[in-house]
Amino acid sequence: MSKKLLTEHFGVQGIDQLPVYKQHGGYSALEKAFKKTPDEIVQEVIASGLRGRGGAGFPTGKKWSFIDKKSGKPRYLVCNADESEPGTFKDRYLMEVNPHLLIEGMIISSFALGANLSFIYIRGELLYVYHILEKAIAEAYEAGYLGKNILGTGYDLELYCHTGGGAYICGEETALIESLEGKRGNPRIKPPFPAISGLYNNPTVVNNVESIATVVPIINMGGEEYAKIGIGNSKGTKLISACGHIKKPGIYEIELGLPVEEFIYSDSYCGGIRGGRKLKAVVAGGSSVPILPAELILKTEKGEPRLMSYESLAEGGFASGTMLGSGGFIVMDETTSIVKNLFNFTRFYHHESCGQCSPCREGTAWMEKILHRILHGHGTLKDVDLLWTLQKNIDGKTICPLGDAAAWPVASAIRHFRAEFEDFVEHPEKYQDVKHYFNQIEDKQLA
Amino acid sequence: MEDNKNIEFSADALALAKKLMGRYPEGKHKSAIIPILHLAQAEFGGWLSPKGMDYVATLMNIQPIEVYEVASFYSMFNLQPVGKCVIEVCRTGPCWLMGAEDIVNHIESKLNIKVGETTTDGMFTLKTVECLAACGGAPMMQVGQKYHEDLTFNKVDSILEDYKKNTTEPISHWAKDKIKA
Ligand SMILES: Cc1cc2nc3c(=O)[nH]c(=O)nc-3n(C[C@H](O)[C@H](O)[C@H](O)COP(=O)(O)O)c2cc1C
Ligand code: SF4
Repeated sequence: MSKKLLTEHFGVQGIDQLPVYKQHGGYSALEKAFKKTPDEIVQEVIASGLRGRGGAGFPTGKKWSFIDKKSGKPRYLVCNADESEPGTFKDRYLMEVNPHLLIEGMIISSFALGANLSFIYIRGELLYVYHILEKAIAEAYEAGYLGKNILGTGYDLELYCHTGGGAYICGEETALIESLEGKRGNPRIKPPFPAISGLYNNPTVVNNVESIATVVPIINMGGEEYAKIGIGNSKGTKLISACGHIKKPGIYEIELGLPVEEFIYSDSYCGGIRGGRKLKAVVAGGSSVPILPAELILKTEKGEPRLMSYESLAEGGFASGTMLGSGGFIVMDETTSIVKNLFNFTRFYHHESCGQCSPCREGTAWMEKILHRILHGHGTLKDVDLLWTLQKNIDGKTICPLGDAAAWPVASAIRHFRAEFEDFVEHPEKYQDVKHYFNQIEDKQLA
Repeated sequence: MEDNKNIEFSADALALAKKLMGRYPEGKHKSAIIPILHLAQAEFGGWLSPKGMDYVATLMNIQPIEVYEVASFYSMFNLQPVGKCVIEVCRTGPCWLMGAEDIVNHIESKLNIKVGETTTDGMFTLKTVECLAACGGAPMMQVGQKYHEDLTFNKVDSILEDYKKNTTEPISHWAKDKIKA
């Protein structure tokens, strides 16, 4: 079993309460951090090699070092708890089970950045988790970990929860900032980057829940020690949300570098495919990353075992690789129609496009319509080429990466499963009544 | 056109709204608009009419258009009347893989309504929503702030039965018992 840095105490009864959290070493990283200067903390995080866990994998310490500390403007830390990438449910789990881990990480990170006001932006659908966080924050204020002159250090921090209203796009950091300012979630054109001009046009860092929580073990063990875990430039552990046609869906904390095959088939993780069926495809990092067929997710084009790491999953580029993304691991068995699944994803991106850029707004609508007509038996072979052209005209041509995120699933599905698209167009009847899920929902026993 | 009943916040909601507005820097209290719209939806019976939104604008001392444009952007705000119990079934990829489509069909035939409609007794509204970060418990649905996961037809039946028996007041995302400053 691999190291548990984030989930070590998740099984402890009452870990969401401050006294229990403290009994298990909670807030010791904070006390350690206060003995360092803010810049020393930034250096620890740089040394740890931590890469953002929200999807893009940008080095966290480096991002922190960009924040404008010279202008003297107020600085903010905003935690991205919008978690809406299909296939991803790790942040919800982390906040629900161990809210103080995130809060401790927020205090240390805010101190490192010199922020005196910080927010946790949580998606509106998770209001029950919002209330859990509010309760934990109140406990932290009570204990003197938040507010004025924290633990006698002279450092002040106000930390608040803020709730969204239901919009995937608000996970994009500039849309999130707009939303936090009380507006529609329309992404901003970059530059300027949030580190220079973010919330209320002041220097702002936006980090994912898991990234911020990971700062706690980094401070506890030291950046260099943390960097010994993992493989290559993929340091540490990562929460993987596993779902789809596997025996044991759920959250797994893995050491980066674990072989994909072990992750899918070992009983310590997903436990293999349900009902003895065969693996068909995997979307390894949330719905936005390229889908890979079984042979390419288990082994790279070169025939090497594929590993759960930023580099290994990306090996081969988009021609034969994918991305670790947010760690949303969606597994599909042999009964799954790739065409139907793609329609579903494309409808999602169309629904969630904020509508600012025409390639994204119109392109996602077109792609959904074309897939809809293929699904209903009215497609032609030309439609497959049309889809290909459309995704190319979106990719890289929009304000924010949602456009790319809508294009990549289409491109990869056609790249790896073109024959299935053509067969669907020519024999739609073959695919109509195929059930791609087990009859567990009919309350029957699994085969 | 129908309107929200009792367009006025309770004392508790008012106090909470004021507290929330105080969390943002001087002059930036507009930031609290989404949380306050959640409160409004809870206070006004599960949806927001133009007059309800105007009330929020007055409360926050901002222009009504600033409220309309936000309320219409976010999928959690209902701008039409809804039933006491809004069932939101996730329809996105991972849930779809596990049979979400048939869960929706099952609820449609059980309640004799289509997605987007409300039962004639005003008890249920059926909505489909995008990924709710519960893919490990697919298929799933949300009612108010409650997540119902690992759904089966039988489970859905008993959940609906339960709501039918026990729902007297509209169920909102921001639970009524959490409206306290
Ligand atoms: C359409 C879109 C949706 C996103 N959704 C999320 C999200 O739900 N949670 C998240 O942490 N990051 C999300 N991101 C990435 C953020 O923009 C940002 O990169 C991230 O929060 C930075 O945190 P990190 O460096 O700690 O990963 C999304 C990006 C895009 C383009
Ligand atoms: S790419 Fe799409 S979601 Fe992003 S800003 Fe443009 S229209 Fe909006």
